[in-house]
Amino acid sequence: MKPYEIMETIKMIEQQKLDIRTITMGISLRDCCHSDGDIARRKIYDKITRCAENLVKVGEEIELEFGIPIINKRISVTPIAIVAEACEEEDYTKFAITLDKAAKAVGVNFIGGFSALVHKGYTKGDKRLIRSIPEALNVTERVCSSVNVATTQTGINMDAVREMGEIIKETARLSADRDGLGCAKLVVFANAPEDNPFMAGAYHGVGEPECAINVGISGPGTVKSALEKNKGATFDEMAEIIKKTAFKITRVGQLVAREASRRLNVPFGIVDLSLAPTPAVGDSVAHILEEMGLESCGTHGTTAALAMLNDAVKKGGIMASSHVGGLSGAFIPVSEDAGMIEAVEKGSLSLEKLEAMTCVCSVGLDMIAVPGDTPAETIAAIIADEAAIGVINSKTTAVRIIPAPGKKVGDYVEFGGLLGRAPVMAVSSFSSKDFIMRGGRIPAPVHSMKNSGISSSG
Amino acid sequence: MRAIITVVGKDKIGIIAGITSVLSKHKVNVLDISQTILQEYFTMIMLVDLSRMEISLAELKQKLEEEGSNLGVSVRIQHEEIFQSMHRI
Repeated sequence: MKPYEIMETIKMIEQQKLDIRTITMGISLRDCCHSDGDIARRKIYDKITRCAENLVKVGEEIELEFGIPIINKRISVTPIAIVAEACEEEDYTKFAITLDKAAKAVGVNFIGGFSALVHKGYTKGDKRLIRSIPEALNVTERVCSSVNVATTQTGINMDAVREMGEIIKETARLSADRDGLGCAKLVVFANAPEDNPFMAGAYHGVGEPECAINVGISGPGTVKSALEKNKGATFDEMAEIIKKTAFKITRVGQLVAREASRRLNVPFGIVDLSLAPTPAVGDSVAHILEEMGLESCGTHGTTAALAMLNDAVKKGGIMASSHVGGLSGAFIPVSEDAGMIEAVEKGSLSLEKLEAMTCVCSVGLDMIAVPGDTPAETIAAIIADEAAIGVINSKTTAVRIIPAPGKKVGDYVEFGGLLGRAPVMAVSSFSSKDFIMRGGRIPAPVHSMKNSGISSSG
Repeated sequence: MRAIITVVGKDKIGIIAGITSVLSKHKVNVLDISQTILQEYFTMIMLVDLSRMEISLAELKQKLEEEGSNLGVSVRIQHEEIFQSMHRI
């Protein structure tokens, strides 16, 4: 090895905050169904604690040996709507409490999969699960919930969209004393990926194996730093620089995934090629866009900059990993990105611009605080817009929105830690109520006619 | 397992001696060693073999960090594979 290569790696880790964002163990709970809810929950607890017994320990060993921080160790499980459906209980909150206990027992900070897939319609289990979400997120600490309301193949379930507007409002109300924290653990998806390792949207899809290791990488700081060293580069040159950097980052992700898989004796699933920001200075996706020459994230040109960044990250990462999946691309969560927060404060980044940005990156409207008096129908309409972008463009979109109780535009919500803090953003004051109240489904788009499978994501 | 030890800081007498004495005490074999000045910093890179080491990696890391802080340099130890993964196809 050449000294400059060794030092480059060390600098990426120490100065540019390269890290592995998460090792997520996906666990199938399909064999835990039972007509007696107590027995089902016991089986769930036993299976999670058995499969993930060594997850945190192995993560820490890899961290020590390779000298790369692994920020989170997490678990995703089969959507609980499927697992709980066999029992006759109306309220699934007890299942969430079991997941929370299991997460605490093995020492992971989040467990995802209090989920339902209702893009074409509800089963009785889906209905019960969705109605249980507000209370489940209120009484648990580590459980994350997601609901898939649309796919390119099936169109948009507008009944589910309407209901999720109400569920989000209720979740915020129950956790009002914590600025609506419950909503930070709830994602509404279109084209949800089955192998996503990132929270709050991770769940272990029904096409997944018994158990799998999925790894999410990070590293906005390394990309920004590489661009800083090449001031004045053309777009062609910038794209090359980003690709090379993404390749290096992803190789570390692949190494960690392979090692974790070997040591835990669990098959390797995918590496999620993501630029996932944190609130820490120097770990921002917005600052990469600004490094490209935009005065402040959100100004004209931001969508083009993000499109190029997202595409170059994928191109660079694809060759570095044997299996790529999850969300893969640049994340733009407002509360978790110091540059995004600044841009909102300066007035350069609005909800409308964020919506445009979600057309070209891998996620959707993420960690956005809106006024507490935003009507449920307006939130549902925001979800519908994002789902439409996802369905028409054959990509994943998601909405993680916090109608912060008692807060107005200009106020802040404070979640602390990785979830960060978010300035409350303005929504349109015009009503979407009559539109949302129609109900039914928006048909699948014409380009869905390919018989290409259960879901597609980009 | 083979690991890379990197030592970065201001040059002074006794850096190599200090670090290698910790290694020899715990039966860590030095396979290769190079030193260079990178951006005004003294940089030493060692390839070591840990197969006969008599303490845990966490303990060795701690002892190296203690010695590094006595010498006023930063010391890291990492599995060699992270560097190979990143820079070699």
